[in-house]
Order: sequence, then C-alpha cells, then structure tokens
Amino acid sequence: MAIFLTKDSKVIVQGMTGATGMKHTKLMLADGTNIVGGVNPRKAGTSVDFDGTEVPVFGSVAEAIEKTGANVSVLFVPPAFSKAAVVEAIDAEIPLAVVITEGIAVHDSAAFWAYANEKGNKTRIIGPNCPGLITPGQSNAGIIPGDITKPGRIGLVSKSGTLTYQMMYELRDIGFSSAVGIGGDPVIGTTHIDALAAFEADPETDLIVMIGEIGGDAEERAADFIAKNVTKPVVGYVAGFTAPEGKTMGHAGAIVSGSSGTAQAKKEALEAAGVKVGKTPTETAKLAREILGA
Amino acid sequence: MDLFEYQARDLFAKHGVPVLAGEVIDTPEAAREATEKLGGKSVVKAQVKVGGRGKAGGVKLAADADEAVARATDILGMDIKGHTVHKVMIAELSPEIEAEYYVSYLLDRTNRTFLAMASVQGGMDIEEVAEKTPEALAKVPVDSNSGVDIVKAREIVAQAKFPAEVAEKVAEVLVTLWDTFVAEDALLVEVNPLVKTKDGRILALDGKVSLDENADFRQPGHEALEDKAAANPLEAAAKAKNLNYVKLDGEVGIIGNGAGLVMSTLDVVAYAGENHGSVKPANFLDIGGGASAEVMANGLEIILGDPDVKSVFVNVFGGITACDEVANGIVQALALLESKGEKVEKPLVVRLDGNNAELGRKILSDANHPLVQRVDTMDGAADKAAELAAAAK
Repeated sequence: MAIFLTKDSKVIVQGMTGATGMKHTKLMLADGTNIVGGVNPRKAGTSVDFDGTEVPVFGSVAEAIEKTGANVSVLFVPPAFSKAAVVEAIDAEIPLAVVITEGIAVHDSAAFWAYANEKGNKTRIIGPNCPGLITPGQSNAGIIPGDITKPGRIGLVSKSGTLTYQMMYELRDIGFSSAVGIGGDPVIGTTHIDALAAFEADPETDLIVMIGEIGGDAEERAADFIAKNVTKPVVGYVAGFTAPEGKTMGHAGAIVSGSSGTAQAKKEALEAAGVKVGKTPTETAKLAREILGA
Repeated sequence: MDLFEYQARDLFAKHGVPVLAGEVIDTPEAAREATEKLGGKSVVKAQVKVGGRGKAGGVKLAADADEAVARATDILGMDIKGHTVHKVMIAELSPEIEAEYYVSYLLDRTNRTFLAMASVQGGMDIEEVAEKTPEALAKVPVDSNSGVDIVKAREIVAQAKFPAEVAEKVAEVLVTLWDTFVAEDALLVEVNPLVKTKDGRILALDGKVSLDENADFRQPGHEALEDKAAANPLEAAAKAKNLNYVKLDGEVGIIGNGAGLVMSTLDVVAYAGENHGSVKPANFLDIGGGASAEVMANGLEIILGDPDVKSVFVNVFGGITACDEVANGIVQALALLESKGEKVEKPLVVRLDGNNAELGRKILSDANHPLVQRVDTMDGAADKAAELAAAAK
C-alpha cells in the first residue's frame, strides 16, 4: 500500500516549464511517476518532450484534472507566486498538493492554509519548503532521489530533506513503504501527526522513523499522539542540540526561542512516549534495525 | 529579523498606531538638539534588542538638554546583557500614565494561524503574566484571510476585559496594529506597554517587531532596517555571498548541504568532541541543494577565514547535489585560495555519500591534497575532524 502516494497516483506539475520544474519532472518520470500534465496558463495547449514522453501543458489545475483525472499536484512555483498557485490547487479540489518551493513568506503560507481549512480541507497540503514524498518502486512526487532505496516496510516522516535521504540510505537494505518530507517552515500543511496516523493505518508499514528538529512544538505533540494512538514501533531522531537560542538554523522554522523548541525537550517528550531516540542518524538507524531484527 | 524599538516606533507611526515623538541618535551631543526639538525635556532610551534595559539603567529621564547629553553619554557604550548600546532614542516625555496594557499579534505555529494577545496587566514581562496569571492574558485566534477589523478588535478587547472607557480606543489601536502586522509581513508586533494617559490618550510607549525575511521580495524598505554594524563580520561576508551561515563558538568548521543535515552535523561533531578535549562546531553553513563548485569555494573561503577554526568537516549527502561536483569544488577552492596567496593550513575531513559519491571520492583521492582526508561515514568523519581540531588547539 504506502501512504498518500501510489503507482495509481496521477501527478501534475505546477511550474513544470520552469528550469527547476523541468529538471525534476524528468527525474520523477525516470522513477516511474505517472505524470499526466503540467500547468502554465501561458503555454496551455503545448506539450513538453521528456526523453520521448510527451507531457501536455494545461492552462489551469482544474483543466488538468478534467482532462486527465489528476489527483496529485507537485508545485515548483517561485515564492512570490506560490500562494496563488496553492489557492488554485485548493479551488480545483485536487486531493494532494506537494509544495516544494522554499522561501514562501509566512503570511502567504498562513493564508493558503486558512483557505484550505475554509474550503473543508479537500486538498491535503505537504510542505512548503519540503522535498516531497516517495513511495519507492511506485511513485515519486518531489525531489527525493529515487535510487537511494527500494520498497520495504519502514515508514519515514521528516522535517528535513537531506536527513530524509541520509536515513533512507542508512536503511536502504530494508527499504521503505513511503517517505514523507513535511518541510522546515513555521507553517506547514501535513504534520508529523498526520503522517504517523497514516503509517499506523497502513498494513504495509511495520516501523516508523520520525525525524524532527528544533523550533515549534510539533515533535512534542507528535509524542503525545504516539502515546495515545500508535501501536507500531517508532524510532526518532531530533537535530539541533547544539543550536544557540534565537538563531535561525537554515530552515525558517528552526529556531529555539527561550526554553521552547529545544532538541532536548523534544527528545524527552518522544522518549516519554516510548519512542527510541538515537543520538546520531546512524545510531537511529541501528535502533530501527534492532527492532526489526534486520 | 528583530527590529530596534525606534524602528518599531517608525513602522507603528507609518500605519497609524499612536506613538510619541522620538529621534534616534548615536552621539551624546546630538541629544541636545533632539531634546530641544521636544520642548526641552526627554527620555533617553538605550536601543538594544534585549529585554530588561530599564532595570539595567538604560532608560533615563532628562529635565533639560544638558541632562539629556549627560544621560546619553552614560548610556551610549553601556553593556546590557551582552549587548553594547550604539544608539539611543531621544523620546518625548509621556503624559502622566494611569494604566499599562499589553497587546500583540504573532504567528501561532501550533495552530497554524495568527494569534492576538491582550492583557490589562501590561508593562511587565508578558511571559511572567502568562505563567502567573494566565487568566489575565486573552489569546484570540485571528484568521489570516479575514484579519482584524473593528468588530474583531472589539472581540479581542472584550476577551481581555479592558475597562469600558478605553475599550473603543484600544480596539482602534488593535486595527492599526494589525495593519502594521500584515503590511510589513511581520512575524510579531508587540506593544508593551500600551498606556492610558491622564489626558485620556492611548499610546504605544514601547514595542517589538520581528519581520519575515522571506517576504523581502515585496518589502523593499526592509533591507535598510538590517543592523549591519552588529552582524558578525563572517556572517556579513557569508550573507553577501548568499550563504546560509551562523557563527558559533567552537573550533570545527562545518559545511554541509541541507539545513537538517547541517544541524545534525553540528550535533554529531559536538558528541565526538566530548572525546577530544571538548572541541565544538565553529559554525553552521548550509550550501543548499544543487551546490556548485563555486558555492563550495565561497563556503570554504569563509570558513578557512575564521581564526577560531582548527579543522573543517565537509559533510555532504548528495540528493540533488552531485558529489563529484562537490569534490571538484573542494579541489578547485583549495587551488583558488592558494593562487590568491592565501596559505591553507587547516585540515579538511570530507564525507561524501549519495548521488555520484563514488565519483566524488575518486576525485578527492586522485587530487591527493595533503590537507584533505576522506572518511566515508558521518560519525567517523566527525570524530576525525574533532580529533584534528583538538590536536591543533
């Protein structure tokens, strides 16, 4: 099975005809993703050739859905235009919008999140500022390298892109059901909790790896959720123990303010919920191996 | 980006939040003219981005222009909780104060919405109010798309139980403060205290504003608000090259790709350092996805230019980034620095995994640079970098 994304997902790309969109559409196609179209109002009616695969360009998300039955959109739209693009995806009621774009203003992401709520949350938003998600062997919606690992029974949810890759690499011989990068911004759509709930319900996931980092209280709330709702084993890792207070560490959301948002507090909350937390990514992978007996 | 009080005051004034007159100066003598402009009396307020300046002696009344110069002389150069005072605001004296309130808007990350906070117990640290008398701090969610109009503002005022005689005036201030929050792409706007004066006015006497740098593309005025003088010179140099860099106080220079991996690298180096004379990471530097040889060269130049750095750990997991490009970047960067006549003497430990890792490793091995060592696991490489830094300490 997998979560959120399968081989049956029909994927469109908003911003496909830009340089980043072109590059990653090609990579997603190479990973077997069923890409059924791109969206660009100025290039509607044309098509783009990706090594022999013709991908049509539509004028709007709604038109793309109507013509292709698309149910996933991946967004490579520049920050200044992202809010409008996500609102368009929400209006078209596409079930899943994966917002890769980094550097979106918080007032914009708060606005499209509020809009999604207002419209009854028919569109699941992943990101922004995320690597997207992959279900190895089936589909890849975003920028996660498709060749790190194979299909398997570990579910992964992470705020960080490169730590996602690192963890997939550490456990590449076991393989993953799905890996979801939820993004490092202060306001994100899909949370650790959403992914944990989906992995708990997924019969093809045996163990969940959860990667967090400093800032906010998402990990603490996830710990609470795990204690109450997750029966599968969860292994955790938290980055940013050495981050000083008041400094943003790369991700806009990664900042310790006062006593809140520290890595130590997150680790303790997770451990109190029965999650084994590794000190390094490698140690975390080892904990996962021990539990799986692999 | 956190602003100084005087910058917050200017933004408040621009959007109609009632404030007193004030002028920022950086020499004691300038306090004279500024005070005379205000009618001969003023308040001299240290401009530092830290709370508790009043208790530290950073806010003084001046009864005349001479006294303003004397107080400015005292306060300029003062150290307040590790922050040196480079500027003071010469502010208009407030009319007699009858009550102090608190109002703010901020991002509520947990609920992914904005939040209005208001209290009739202003003037003190709001975290203390929240802890000791949480019932005295109203927290009202604000929908990003509908915002705060006068009706919503009245709801906030009612929840915070403002006295009837000021309720409408405070509500009006809350609308202008919301305008400031939205128009300036702020993450926080806070007025503390918002005062009621004896002559019946509502005034913002002190404030904090934090701006979202991701919105700079539509906020051309914000660049000028940056405190360039206070930035660490290495941080300033990195920013000029569009590098995501934070100076820390250790000895192991760090370069990596992706914010999460770099944060993790700092931690892993700190753990390894526990076994090597307590060496610590010297910086955070994320060269980002798809980093080119040039970006790597820029990064290395900044880090090798930090006198605190004794060894360097380059930790790259190639996702989008190709490890062969990273390896070429390292080799080219060292050659470039040496060709500029800079002597590179600090050892580099490089760990490459992921996209084209084998090719990258081969490039490093073939280059056979005497200062570059390859260690192919993250934990092992961190340990080696810590060991080398400890040896050079």
